[in-house]
Amino acid sequence: MASVTGGPLVGHARSRPLSQRFRALLLRSEALRGYILLTPTLLVMFLLLVVPLCGMIAFSFFTQVYFDIDFTLTLKNYWSIIKPGAGNTYLGIPFPFETPVYTILLVKSLLMSLVATSVIVLMAYPMAYFIAFRATNHKFLWLVLITVPLWTSYLLRVFAWKVILGHNGVLNSGLISIGVIEEPLGFLLYNPAAVIITLTHAWLAFAILPIYVSLEKIDRSLLEAATDLGDSKLIRFLRVTLPLSLPGVISSALMVFIPTVGDYVTPAQVGGTSGIMIGTIIQRQFGAANNWPLGSALSIFMMLAVTAIVCLFLWGVGNDRIKARGA
Amino acid sequence: MKRAMHLNLLGVYAIFIVALLYGPVLLLPMFSFNDSIYIAFPLKGFTTKWYQEMATNSALLAALMNSLKVGIGVAIVSTVLGLTAAKAVIRHRLPGKTQIVGMIMLPLLLPSLFLGIALLIILRKVFSVDLSLWTIGAGHVLICMPFSMLILIARLEGFDKSLEEASLDLGENAWGTFWHVTFPLALPGVISSLLLSFTTSLDEFVIAFFLGGNDTTLPLFIWSQLRFPAKLPGVLALGSCILVLSIVIVVLAEVVRRRGVQSSKPTVF
Repeated sequence: MASVTGGPLVGHARSRPLSQRFRALLLRSEALRGYILLTPTLLVMFLLLVVPLCGMIAFSFFTQVYFDIDFTLTLKNYWSIIKPGAGNTYLGIPFPFETPVYTILLVKSLLMSLVATSVIVLMAYPMAYFIAFRATNHKFLWLVLITVPLWTSYLLRVFAWKVILGHNGVLNSGLISIGVIEEPLGFLLYNPAAVIITLTHAWLAFAILPIYVSLEKIDRSLLEAATDLGDSKLIRFLRVTLPLSLPGVISSALMVFIPTVGDYVTPAQVGGTSGIMIGTIIQRQFGAANNWPLGSALSIFMMLAVTAIVCLFLWGVGNDRIKARGA
Repeated sequence: MKRAMHLNLLGVYAIFIVALLYGPVLLLPMFSFNDSIYIAFPLKGFTTKWYQEMATNSALLAALMNSLKVGIGVAIVSTVLGLTAAKAVIRHRLPGKTQIVGMIMLPLLLPSLFLGIALLIILRKVFSVDLSLWTIGAGHVLICMPFSMLILIARLEGFDKSLEEASLDLGENAWGTFWHVTFPLALPGVISSLLLSFTTSLDEFVIAFFLGGNDTTLPLFIWSQLRFPAKLPGVLALGSCILVLSIVIVVLAEVVRRRGVQSSKPTVF
């Protein structure tokens, strides 16, 4: 088809109307047709992601004056997060800032997410391994079983834990009715541990799939070769299976860690005052505290910290792999 | 013998994980039939009154209608955008493809709080748009489109490009080829993308929380009820209905999609 229209066009391109020249170009350039197909999607992404992120960055340099915004560019919001002062200590670490609550909450959120992510990846790995290597007959069923919870309401999954851990909740009343305890245990809900438990449950299914995919991709003949060359099962796992599944482990760790740092629902429902995270205080700037510029600065501060940790992690993993290859 | 032991241990662990994933969530339907306003053991007796109350709650029904409107709209828009983008990425050699796909996938990775705030700022302070179901829908398209695109990429990768080329060679134009060849082959992916986008929108809370204004969707309605202990059994009944609906939709989508895939390549989505 291209040759029919393309042939005569080459010589007379300049004398043809613009629309026909455009059509000819379209027929010849595969990439151009691809970009045209992509245009609506990219436009939507630009309007709903790029523009809002730029707006948020711009806002973080403005100031809130009562109900109005002062549009003079300033670093005041960022400065208020890290301004030196008397400070406070958290977990024995001094935070010498005038308003230490922001940095303390950030570090606390990062730590809580790191703990939850580690637990999740450790719990997800054997499950993924089981589906990839052992569940030969009912693989489809197992995959559906772990996919379904991903798509059910996050709010309801978190709410379920509030119901379980509450003072008069399922766990306490259950234990009382079977006679294990006499008084409700007060320490179950409204603390960091409750947040970590809830996060672990809510994000576990997410972590299984990437690990499963990387395990499933492993060429089975490599495993046979390792066995033939005399590796025991454990050594084979450590030398072949685990390194080859590392990309899946890394992507599932990132897929859980990054979103959970900024979680708002879980700390609000089961965290109480001791379990609040950075997301709680960011949300407050857009609600009761009504300081949108500071809220923007805190969000960006949070994402920068997350990005730094992710880069550090990937760099560390990369270094390890290079070393392993060199050895 | 040793092998059988190993298999059993992992199998037991797998069953434990599935029980852990489903157990807490299944408490909601269980207690929704309990004849007590306290969500605690021992169970008092069977009742359907929480479900009956639900049917007469006009605020709830309004929220349901809103959720359906947003969900259906979001499902259609994100599937159309996901399909065109997936076709562009799979069928055309594009310079910068990795970066483009990476950018489209970004909303899956960012905390929804972050996306909600960014959208809130731009909508309210820059464009002075009033918050409504439309703004919720825009936010939901942002997080549903990456899913749609992933599902449809997997689907388009699963069948041979030469089917489309054959259609073009036999004289069908690009539009006809799309409707008579590509679309029918991609249909299982399209259906599952519609269903999964719909449930994602139906269940999404944080973005709706920031962009909802005075309009309420079901998760926002649930959130507003959580402060009142007397309302909790009603929330359980409503939550159970949403859970059952989501599970039915997701299982349907999964069956349509995974059964339809011709290649045995493992896919995440």
